[in-house]
Amino acid sequence: MTAIATGASPAKTTRRGSWSRRAPLLPALVITLALTQIPFVLTIWYSLQRWNLLNPGERSFTGLANYQATFTDGTFWKSIGNTVVLTAGATVVSMAIGLVLAILLQKKFPGRGLARTLAITPFFIMPVAAALFWRSAMFDPSFGLLGWLTDLAGLPRVSWLSEQSMLSITLITSWRWTPFAMLVLLAGLQAMPDEQIEAARVDGAGWWWQFRGVILPHLRPFLELTALLLSMNLIQTFGEIALLTAGGPAYGTTNITYYVYLRAFNSFDFGTASAYGLVTLVLTIALAMPALRLLSGIFRQEGRR
Amino acid sequence: MTVTTPQSTAVAAPAEIRAEPRRRPDMDTARWPVAVLGWLGSLLLFSPIAYMLLKSFQSEIDAASPAPRLIFQPTLGHYRDAFGAGFWAYAGNSIAVAVVSTILVLVLAVPAAYALSVRPVPKAQDVLFFFISTKMMPIAAGIIPIYVVAQQLNLLNTVTVLIILHLGMNLPLAVWMIRSFLQEVPGEVLEAAAMDGADRPRIMRSIVLPLIRPGLWATALLSCVFSWNEYFYAVNLTTTASTLPVFMQKFLSFGELYTAQVAAVATVVSVPVVILGWICQRSLVRGLLFGAVK
Repeated sequence: MTAIATGASPAKTTRRGSWSRRAPLLPALVITLALTQIPFVLTIWYSLQRWNLLNPGERSFTGLANYQATFTDGTFWKSIGNTVVLTAGATVVSMAIGLVLAILLQKKFPGRGLARTLAITPFFIMPVAAALFWRSAMFDPSFGLLGWLTDLAGLPRVSWLSEQSMLSITLITSWRWTPFAMLVLLAGLQAMPDEQIEAARVDGAGWWWQFRGVILPHLRPFLELTALLLSMNLIQTFGEIALLTAGGPAYGTTNITYYVYLRAFNSFDFGTASAYGLVTLVLTIALAMPALRLLSGIFRQEGRR
Repeated sequence: MTVTTPQSTAVAAPAEIRAEPRRRPDMDTARWPVAVLGWLGSLLLFSPIAYMLLKSFQSEIDAASPAPRLIFQPTLGHYRDAFGAGFWAYAGNSIAVAVVSTILVLVLAVPAAYALSVRPVPKAQDVLFFFISTKMMPIAAGIIPIYVVAQQLNLLNTVTVLIILHLGMNLPLAVWMIRSFLQEVPGEVLEAAAMDGADRPRIMRSIVLPLIRPGLWATALLSCVFSWNEYFYAVNLTTTASTLPVFMQKFLSFGELYTAQVAAVATVVSVPVVILGWICQRSLVRGLLFGAVK
């Protein structure tokens, strides 16, 4: 780290030298800028227009009318509420189960490697394929496994995707993201010096005190990071909603990503959909900022170590 | 921390040695609950996949039973049928998109990562954080201009548009991962090579790239996994010239009667990425944490 830093000392870099340094970076940087920043600038421009593909002749500048429509649209706010519920619910569930599993799978036991591999697998299964399988083999009220399980428990059969739609979506997204939470927290646990736990054990601390006094404080930055990475991804949940509930019933599972999709590609109202997109962007940036700050904090710590 | 560590090891080490023979029995008893719970948790997460595999070998009549049927006459018929109905066209597109976008990702990410670690540009840290920040932008906020521009360039319903967008999706991740691998190349190795008079492209080709080869493979595999599973761009920008997630989506109209068929196709499309994912699960952490954890 220090060797690299001194090599880069700005006093010695001539103008030509600094351009030969920059040249390898430029293609990747230009492409990333073009593919991520230009669309957002265009979205701002589109959001100020009245623009429906079904009435192509009527495209015109309308100022903030789309934003007014956005803020007075009850369904838009409902979709924000759904996004919060789904994101928070699945993040909490994934982290809780992921943490317990990470602690268990960090300990040595026979077949640990295989157990870890099996546990991580749901994260790699194609989400669309998994959603379709869950739809017919798990959630279906007459043929699904969950119906059989509720029968066993003596509970009435539930039509999961219509009566408990949000719970169902939360369940399948948590299933996909728990392995990821587990993997990150496992890496966090492995970065913990053994001496800390050993010292606590020698001091006679029980497992609960080892957990509260040693493991949890060490894991804190990793827990925060996991929560932020999970929520950044869960905000964008799309495939599961499209395939399981199509946002219903009565927009009950329409999150913001799905609502933008409905507006743009079902109603073809590009102007309003752009305004939705931008409001989403602003809300996400509010969430992303602490994430970036946290990451750069972890990097500074790494540098010190 | 650096102050306390030597002390605590000094105290812990002898205690550990002395206590070892006496502690072994209760270590073992403490171990079994951990093993049982660990296996239970893993199997619980894996059980829907095991169930999917099971159903894929059943007849539709067996598969329609809500109670899991463990004894049945297995059939490979659904796997045979899985490869019909235009499967290969979509699979070919999926492979093309994943492979071409991943090659482009590596070609662009390696030099960029080099310029952010080995021979860094001014403000390299800020550039790195710009790359991450793009991963945190909501996809919904950019899809409309992407659609409009793709339409104007006649790229809708082409494999090309997916290659370009998957490149944009995976490039930041790859830059971060490869940078963290490059930072582990010892500075002395590079200095020694430079002393011997090797020029920079040569050092890169014959020393640095071979050293980080495992990391490059892991990056490539992950990029393939994410490209293979990507659905949002595929469904919004393509219809017939599309990838496997869009092919899968067609089973939606088939309904409940085709559980076993859905299970077989879902297995077929997931097997390649699950295997790739297993191979690179360790690097996944590094990649998704942007190298913050080794």
